[in-house]
Amino acid sequence: MAGGWPRRRWTSWRACWAEAMLRDALLLQLGYNATLVAIGATLLGISAGVTGTFLFLRKRALVSDAISHATLPGVCIAFMVMVSLGGDGRNLAGLLAGSALSAWVGLLCLNWLTRNTRLAEDAAIGSVLSVFFGFGIVLLTVIQTMGAGRQAGLEGFLLGSTAGMLWADALVIALGGACTLALILLIRRPMTMVAFDPEYAAARGLPVYRIDLAMMGLVMAVTVVGLKIVGLILIVALLIIPPVTARFWSERSDRVVMLSGLVGGLAGYLGAAISASAPNLPTGPIIVLVAFGFFAVSLLVAPGRGVLAAVLRHLRFQRRVHLRQGLLALAQGQPIYERLTVRLLHRAGLVRADGVATESGRARAAKALRDEKRWEIVRADQAHEAAAALYDGLRDIETVLTRDQIDEIDRRIGGPQEVPA
Amino acid sequence: MIELATHDGVKIDLPDIDSSPLAVRGLTVSYGQKPAVFSVDMTVQPGAMTAIIGPNGAGKSTLLKAALGIVKPLSGQVTVFGRPLDSQRSRIAYVPQRASVDWDFPTRVLDVVLMGLYRELGLLRRVRARHLARAMDCLARVGMHDFADRQIGQLSGGQQQRVFLARALAQDADLYLLDEPFAGVDAATEKAIITVLKSLKAAGKTVVVVHHDLATVTDYFDHVFLINTRPVAEGPVAEAFTADTLQATYGGRLATAQVDQLARVLG
Repeated sequence: MAGGWPRRRWTSWRACWAEAMLRDALLLQLGYNATLVAIGATLLGISAGVTGTFLFLRKRALVSDAISHATLPGVCIAFMVMVSLGGDGRNLAGLLAGSALSAWVGLLCLNWLTRNTRLAEDAAIGSVLSVFFGFGIVLLTVIQTMGAGRQAGLEGFLLGSTAGMLWADALVIALGGACTLALILLIRRPMTMVAFDPEYAAARGLPVYRIDLAMMGLVMAVTVVGLKIVGLILIVALLIIPPVTARFWSERSDRVVMLSGLVGGLAGYLGAAISASAPNLPTGPIIVLVAFGFFAVSLLVAPGRGVLAAVLRHLRFQRRVHLRQGLLALAQGQPIYERLTVRLLHRAGLVRADGVATESGRARAAKALRDEKRWEIVRADQAHEAAAALYDGLRDIETVLTRDQIDEIDRRIGGPQEVPA
Repeated sequence: MIELATHDGVKIDLPDIDSSPLAVRGLTVSYGQKPAVFSVDMTVQPGAMTAIIGPNGAGKSTLLKAALGIVKPLSGQVTVFGRPLDSQRSRIAYVPQRASVDWDFPTRVLDVVLMGLYRELGLLRRVRARHLARAMDCLARVGMHDFADRQIGQLSGGQQQRVFLARALAQDADLYLLDEPFAGVDAATEKAIITVLKSLKAAGKTVVVVHHDLATVTDYFDHVFLINTRPVAEGPVAEAFTADTLQATYGGRLATAQVDQLARVLG
């Protein structure tokens, strides 16, 4: 470890410094530009998360990839037009208007291909995406050879570039994000209906095609607004990752929408803050990585749909199945061959080491058998349908039916009313 | 009443178009080059239960979807209560096939039924207690009120079908169009659905059902419309649902067992 300590001291000083920077960034105390970027990224994240949810529910998430790539030719053409008119080619509003126009053309091409040819949507997305992006790159190359003075850093739109963000830029992003959000809240009901059951929506007279187009238009707006911060290649991540993350936590579409907005907003804010806390950290990619962090955590630990929960549920389920089968076997005097069953029964104090039932084991076994008979009645009776749907052969019947209902069932079975619990 | 000749020349009394809840004239629908439904005239009787019957791929569902404007017909006219379809949307309730939606969609049973109240709720109105009460009432009518808070993915096929019916009931429509509501459901569901449909009929509503089980036609329905791409026969069950018309509709496609079963049903 010779020469170790000066190095360690250096790294710990760096760690301290980075920590202070991150703290400042999180509290928006890192200067004008960083604050603008953080606010813009938060708003963008919220509107992308909310918009993306409807796209995700409609199962058309990848359409956003085609839309975003189709913005590039528009950016370049807008730049060339503005320059040729003698203006400043870097005017953000002008560039965004151009990108919106070409994204719209791309979207119409995509819709036309899926509706009027036998091309499936995935193939249509691939065609539109690659052709528009290819054309955009050609234009970008042409622009870069047009003269060094005119180089406007248009390639920044590919992955986003926040370094020179102006107040006006932030304002454009904030206004665009807010308008998109308001429009989405306005048409959320028809969008949900179309996403869940397009045929029913059509039968009710909802203009399904136009609602889809409006949804895509909003996605396009988010994409365009996000060009400056995350860029056209990564905006799709902000549209898809938040809703997929939110879906882990809720079974209700309105809550998925809100959670998704929250995840998107947090990712935008934290990502911008982290990238501002150290030099040379790109904002867009960091935002996407933060969003992915939320996704990964949700994937693992979300109750219900998470991976860990599923594994635990399976193991618990398996144990309960074995216990129940063991008890039923005991009650009917059948031998138990499964080692796991015997071990679980023994651990629960229901059988002795030699496999003979204990006092409490016999009582539990009798109850298990009785519950089984009760369930039989419940499942055969339409009046108990909601309870019967919960039958898994394991659930304690007391958790599903009231004492009175159970007494009623016991009367039907006949025999003793009380069973030792 | 006017008299119309169907394609095989059987003359059947039909109500005139103006009083029919659903009248279709010269309807042709095609996916690609092959017509799925060809030149169909159909006049649904008011206040009756009508079954649309035909073999697989005969265009039964397509006929329904075209009548509702879900698929665009190549030609033909649709009138609802004697008026253009779009002016009468609020009087129609549609129950699509269960398999047409993704049941993993994040929504509760109650939310699905609330979609039936879209006309009242519109874009922004809040869901109030009376809306919830009405949705719960519709769920109760199909025996699903205890399921209101469950995620739709937890339902069995029959339960899903009843939720769809409850959503249609919430619309409080005059004309109910159901696409194969009895396909792949349990006996309890079939009984619950037919009870609800009969109560609708008793309330003077018109019910049209795409149906596949020939054995239950005489029990459930008043009228039949037989179709095999082209219309085959139309009229009261006693007149239009005969061995001859079935032979014309199905050709050689009825299994021997089905023919025997029908022979018993039809006497």
